[in-house]
Amino acid sequence: MTAILTIAGKEFRDGLRNRWVLAIALVLALLAVGIAWFGAAASGGLGFTSLATTLVSLATLAVFLIPLIALLLAYDAVVGEQEAGTLLLLLTYPISRTSLLLGKFLGHGLILGAATTLGFGIAGAVIALAADGVPLPELAAGMGLLIASSVLLGWVFIAFAYLISVCVTEKARAAGLALVVWFLFVLVFDLGLLALLVSVEQGGDWLPWLLLLNPTECFRLINLAGFEAARSYIGLTAIAEGGAFRPAVLVPILMAWILVPLGLALLRFRHRSA
Amino acid sequence: MTAVIDFQGVTKRHGDLVRLDALDLSVNEGEVLALLGHNGAGKTTIMHLILGLLSPSAGRVSVLGGAPDGAHAETLRRRLGYLPENVSFYEQLSGREVLDYFARLKRVDRRQVEALLERVGLGAAANRRVKTYSKGMRQRLGLAQALLGEPRLLLLDEPTTGLDPAATRDFYDTVRELRERGCTVLLSSHMLPGVEPYIDRALILGGGRRLALGDMETLRRQASLPLTIRAWGAMHDHDWRHGWEDPRIEARPVNGHEVTLSVPADAKLAVLRRLTALPGVNDIELLPPTLEHLYTHFSAAPPAPRGPASGDAR
Repeated sequence: MTAILTIAGKEFRDGLRNRWVLAIALVLALLAVGIAWFGAAASGGLGFTSLATTLVSLATLAVFLIPLIALLLAYDAVVGEQEAGTLLLLLTYPISRTSLLLGKFLGHGLILGAATTLGFGIAGAVIALAADGVPLPELAAGMGLLIASSVLLGWVFIAFAYLISVCVTEKARAAGLALVVWFLFVLVFDLGLLALLVSVEQGGDWLPWLLLLNPTECFRLINLAGFEAARSYIGLTAIAEGGAFRPAVLVPILMAWILVPLGLALLRFRHRSA
Repeated sequence: MTAVIDFQGVTKRHGDLVRLDALDLSVNEGEVLALLGHNGAGKTTIMHLILGLLSPSAGRVSVLGGAPDGAHAETLRRRLGYLPENVSFYEQLSGREVLDYFARLKRVDRRQVEALLERVGLGAAANRRVKTYSKGMRQRLGLAQALLGEPRLLLLDEPTTGLDPAATRDFYDTVRELRERGCTVLLSSHMLPGVEPYIDRALILGGGRRLALGDMETLRRQASLPLTIRAWGAMHDHDWRHGWEDPRIEARPVNGHEVTLSVPADAKLAVLRRLTALPGVNDIELLPPTLEHLYTHFSAAPPAPRGPASGDAR
């Protein structure tokens, strides 16, 4: 346990030192404020429109950015140390490979968690201060849900990044695979589902369940659950209606999306030769 | 004496490649053993087996009383120090931070960090980032890391590469000091003249097989290489080519003042007697075969039953 904390502490301090935390927070804050302000630009307006619109826009932003940031942050967690030569030495220390990987996950998870909270937190504060007539409790609840689910989504993709990182022997290949994963889950999956939706004419009751096969869709569903008003903006996820798509069900599914790739990464890491 | 390291018929295969072939080896407590061999001879494989980074394909490895790749690993690793070849560290951390991190992972008293930094001569550079360190400084940081927690067993892979002569001497003084405290040391090196005075035994490897094992005396006896005798003096008119009772003795006059003789060990005394009896001779030097000679001899030995022992198993 101490070993896990030691490793996590080092990863986190590295994240502070090489400005990862700061950079992620700034990018998220700037884009979030920008989207909140120019969200109505398409309909000719400028300035803050409604809370529902803003939160839906922010969720869309998070779906694109958070997985990318998480993958970039963590794709070289193992293969990077292997290439640098530090992994060999670490593996001769009295720590298990499981502790090593879990410690790193905790460290990277904290970096992403802190940066996301900071970034979206700043955005929320700016909106609360600058926009007129925003119901504060609802803003706080919406932003809180957005932040918490964004962090979960980020952890899912850190777990994916680790799975990639323990399976390859070159950093460049890990980077390439990370981009493929991002592409698949964030872009291709939606297109595929759309194609299915169009082609299936009768009895497509099972289609919404396919959304659960993609953590980014789970994330979207969690954030849209509370907003009837948002239904018109959410596009594809509108097919998901009914009791199964409540946060109480979706959050555990998102957690499973963290545990499965992380578990596979642990298995692979423990059984490979140094 | 208990065996700290015990290899019994250890074979390590990597696909079709035999990295180590039925090796038997026993190293006692407080012993300094040198692993010698060309690249790919199996030195690093032996170290990785001891560290539990690899598991043997056949045979049994026991280190400090247990198998290093099993449940014993965690206790074992706290009593073990390892300096890998071409050691590298976190470039963005300072020397002190690196050592502090490793001390925590090894769960040793972190007050050792300062003492070790001083000991390897990095006290002044402790707050600089590793990025700015020279090869020799990295090597010294590597040694400090290996010495964390007063290990009972030290594995040093090419420890003196990149060290200047003074630092090399300091390094071997440290090895000697550790040995006196009962620490067992395994080191591999290409700088044979450097290690010779500090080792108890040498294991010469080729193509994953043991070519020779023993202390210098044993190796010299096994190799039965001739020793070199040099004599100086006024010996202009002496006929060196003839008059030796033993045909194996070769004499090569360098000039009128110096002669070099290649003499089998058992004829040493006879030659010395004759040289001391010569009126012109005023100085004699005796040079037994060095580790380098022995290494060359054993690693060039005729191929053993299974294919060429050319050492270059890569």
